Amino acid sequence: MHKYLLRRVLVTIPTLVGISVVLFTVLALAPGDPFEELALNPNIPAEVRLNLRHQFGLDDPIPVRYLRWLTAMLRGDWGYSFVSRVNVDRLILQRLPTTLFVLGTAYGLALLIALPVGVMSAVRPYSLFDQIATTFAFVGYSLPTFFTGLLFIMLFSLYLDWLPFIYSTTIEASGMRWVAEHLRQAAMPIAVLGLFEAASLTRFVRASMLDVIHQDFVTTARAKGLTELRTILGHVLRNALIPVVTIVALQLPGIFTGAVITEQIFRVPGIGSLLISAIQSTDTPVVMAITFVYSMLVVVFNLIADIIYGFLDPRITFS
Amino acid sequence: METSPKVAVVDDTPALPAQALDAYPPRTLWSDVWRRYCRHRLAMVGTVVMLILGIATFVGPIVYPVPIDDIDFAVKLTGPSLAHPFGTDDLGQDLLARILYGGRISMAVGLVAMLIAILLGMVIGALAGFFGGVFDSILMRLTDLFLSLPQLPLLLLVVFLFRDRMRQAFGPELGIFILIVSVIGGLRWMQPARLVRASFLALKEKEFVEAARCAGVPNAWLIVRHILPNALSPVIVAATLGVGSAILAESSISFLGLGFPPDMPTWGRILSDAKDYLDSAPHWALFPGLMIFLAVISINYIGDGLRDALDPRKIL
Repeated sequence: MHKYLLRRVLVTIPTLVGISVVLFTVLALAPGDPFEELALNPNIPAEVRLNLRHQFGLDDPIPVRYLRWLTAMLRGDWGYSFVSRVNVDRLILQRLPTTLFVLGTAYGLALLIALPVGVMSAVRPYSLFDQIATTFAFVGYSLPTFFTGLLFIMLFSLYLDWLPFIYSTTIEASGMRWVAEHLRQAAMPIAVLGLFEAASLTRFVRASMLDVIHQDFVTTARAKGLTELRTILGHVLRNALIPVVTIVALQLPGIFTGAVITEQIFRVPGIGSLLISAIQSTDTPVVMAITFVYSMLVVVFNLIADIIYGFLDPRITFS
Repeated sequence: METSPKVAVVDDTPALPAQALDAYPPRTLWSDVWRRYCRHRLAMVGTVVMLILGIATFVGPIVYPVPIDDIDFAVKLTGPSLAHPFGTDDLGQDLLARILYGGRISMAVGLVAMLIAILLGMVIGALAGFFGGVFDSILMRLTDLFLSLPQLPLLLLVVFLFRDRMRQAFGPELGIFILIVSVIGGLRWMQPARLVRASFLALKEKEFVEAARCAGVPNAWLIVRHILPNALSPVIVAATLGVGSAILAESSISFLGLGFPPDMPTWGRILSDAKDYLDSAPHWALFPGLMIFLAVISINYIGDGLRDALDPRKIL
């Protein structure tokens, strides 16, 4: 077991190096550089620009720049934002709590919807409830978040005038009112993301439940006189959740990147909207750091999924 | 209930005399698949909707010859009317014309990006599965690496960084099209590659492959003619769903303002332009959004139907 864990962790290192090589190559091959603006400025002589390029090492060959960047990243020096004039790690840490709050609540909401609906659908497949739930899941899964976001704004902000559609960081209130205001402005992004995730999760829970529900041990559980509720919750759901947990772990990084769009619609000041503005202003260190954080999330959650799977399912042996 | 025996490869069945063909139309694999597919009601609805959307976008601009860039401030931001069935935008341009034209681009992006992804995936999966060994492990590590890349950020980044260079190289419209299609396709070949590899690993041990090998069939022919046709079912489903996700990816980039320029009104781009006028012109956002939704849900239902139809274990 320990050997397996160690090997599994070690395998992630080449993956991370590979990802960083890909990202760095994309950025290095791209035309345009951060000092391009200076070229347009007639007050700055060309020599100054070239000196600056040289000083920041932009003229070195790509492999040299890559190694320098990698060692700096490893030492915790994530660079300096060209646009905001702040260290990149500080910039990201500033934005992270908002993103985590919105995403965490959205995913919680998704689980709260998907688990009971998926279980009830699978217990009575092809019943009226199941057909309605499956249709809703299909529709929700096919509705892009950028469209649902706009529909929500139209309905709840413009037509009903219940919720604000711009996320503000400066709420002038304290105590419970501050909490309430925060929840009010986060309600729409959370609902948009949560419902979208709930739709795909419901399909997984239902499929996974249906895989288990016809197995012999379920019949045994019923035959020995367990109530239906205990059979479903204690025997079917417990086994059906194993693949679901893996899917949740594998999906989480995708939700981070999917949240980029939702953050952009509702102007949530999270790392997604930071990424978009950084891309638009060629703020290379910020772009590089955020994409790398996203990739690290993917790799780490893949690892977590593998490990959890082994713990949850005793039938899996590590060899 | 299907009772007919399954034929693995259609074209390998020996030809029957012509009169026998007339008397008993043979039941091939694909006619069985079609029969099962027709029984999937929602997939049929999806097919019809998709056909209508396809015909509308390809024939529409000919039947409805309103220019997409006819600026008329007198009618700006007006709702649906007889003169402008889908209303107008902030420059008074006709939205129906723009949506029909944009649909062409959106669907072309979806189809071409999917083709790139599937071709790449099939080549990589087939090579890895057929030859195995070191070759397989290198290709599969590459697949794992691509699966770990954050899709949307990388998509945005590459499109943003290489936009101008592609525009110079291939012209403003074709350049962006090639760029977007190849980036979306280049980031989505991993799933088909894994599916094809898995099928190849199982199929290459089968007797019919051994027989073909004994008959002296060269490797390339063995891969293309004997194994690949038997590995196609999951690929067809993945390809169908891939069109939908490619349309979504294109709409997402365009919605974030990093995709097609305003003079190429794809559905995502129109939606992006409309998002600042939700109060005064809700129709502007509703129509392109509905188009994306209709296209994606129809494709998803078609994929669902194909999955059921192509699965011989499934009784419909």
